[in-house]
Amino acid sequence: MKADKVVDAKGLACPMPIVRTKKAMDSVASGEVVEIHVTDKGALADFPAWANAGGHTILEQSEDAGVFKFYIKKA
Amino acid sequence: MTVTKWTAADVARKVIENQSLFILDVRNADAFQDWKIEGHQFDYLNIPYFELLDGVEGILPQIPSDKDILVVCAKEGSSIMVAEMLSEADTTLSLSYLEGGMKSWSGYLEPIKVADLSGNGELYQFVRLGKGCLSYMVISEGEAALIDAVRFTEVFTSFAQEKNVTIKHVFDTHLHADHISGGRSIAEATGATYYLPSKDAEEVVFDYTPLEDGLTVQLGASNIDVGALYSPGHTIGSTSFVVDGKYLLTGDILFIDSIGRPDLAGLADDWVGDLRDTLYRRYRGLAEDLIVLPAHFMIIDELNEDGTVAKRLGDLLADNHGLNIEDEREFRSIVTDHLPPQPNAYQQIRQVNMGKITPDYDEQTEMEIGPNRCAVR
Repeated sequence: MKADKVVDAKGLACPMPIVRTKKAMDSVASGEVVEIHVTDKGALADFPAWANAGGHTILEQSEDAGVFKFYIKKA
Repeated sequence: MTVTKWTAADVARKVIENQSLFILDVRNADAFQDWKIEGHQFDYLNIPYFELLDGVEGILPQIPSDKDILVVCAKEGSSIMVAEMLSEADTTLSLSYLEGGMKSWSGYLEPIKVADLSGNGELYQFVRLGKGCLSYMVISEGEAALIDAVRFTEVFTSFAQEKNVTIKHVFDTHLHADHISGGRSIAEATGATYYLPSKDAEEVVFDYTPLEDGLTVQLGASNIDVGALYSPGHTIGSTSFVVDGKYLLTGDILFIDSIGRPDLAGLADDWVGDLRDTLYRRYRGLAEDLIVLPAHFMIIDELNEDGTVAKRLGDLLADNHGLNIEDEREFRSIVTDHLPPQPNAYQQIRQVNMGKITPDYDEQTEMEIGPNRCAVR
């Protein structure tokens, strides 16, 4: 999947992955996609809840060797 | 005012001393609804931290200016961020955050003396406020016995050291499904004997001493009795203890305001008869003046004024709903059909307690997140 912006939040603890993602989200246009790489397990619950609250859509979510990847489309 | 750091022990004092506190919990709504810090006089506001990234001004009207405010999250990072934002927005607020967050709350144990025993003996209850687990240490003249110790083994070994006693016997009343036992590790570290009911231990992969009905150990020169009483129902091996002839440690069979559930090993229908028999026959044959000390509490109202969880058996026989269901069919239906959700990761936790899997510290913490849910009310 092609992303308009990539956020590398690996090794960062809560709340930084969401803080960085929010910044990236603010900088793209509606309908564009942000890709996030994160290792904090809290992200599994927080990203869907955060996206939901803002009306953004999680297009894809995967895990590879402890790194969680999210593709989120801006509302 | 600046933001201060509170430890889980500081929060425990607020709970036990019945003080008021305003908790701003910045975890997800789901996590908050599932499990939070319970206090007699606590008020709550739950706003996920990610809804506050643009500023906290919107929630200021909901934050009291005349109370201590504790900001709480899963680990601590988000609570520090939100507490600092609030502190900048209103410098008059009395703000703190919980060090280590809910993870640290889940792991905190408060040792409270239940009673002095014969001779110079003492009985301690270790209250795990965040998870509702209760462990016990019986002490008498240089020797100690431990019952249902949770996995924070150094709490018990340092307490024993402080009291200048050697841990001789380590018991688990049953194979636990809601939390990881510390019993086996403590026994290994101290050379104590580790006892487990053999009927619960069919699949365990380590050596243990069978805990059988009638087994009695004596502690110290005054020979304080710790005696086993077979009381199946929560599990098929569940065993109670009578300590010094006065205290009845009921494990997960009988709680203050509820009774044990028979389903966590997948055999509710088989064990409901045993549970009925233990609660309505075995326990009714015991002295009503025994003080019941369970292995869990479910709600904060079950705590006494001094923070202990303990009540006279006679009072429970009269007041506990689960001990007063005349009709056997109704009893069966309540403990098999109307059960609350099962504890988090309970099947994995049983595997850990059997020695079949050995997760690291963080994985153990994850497994134990959430309330214990061992009871039916």
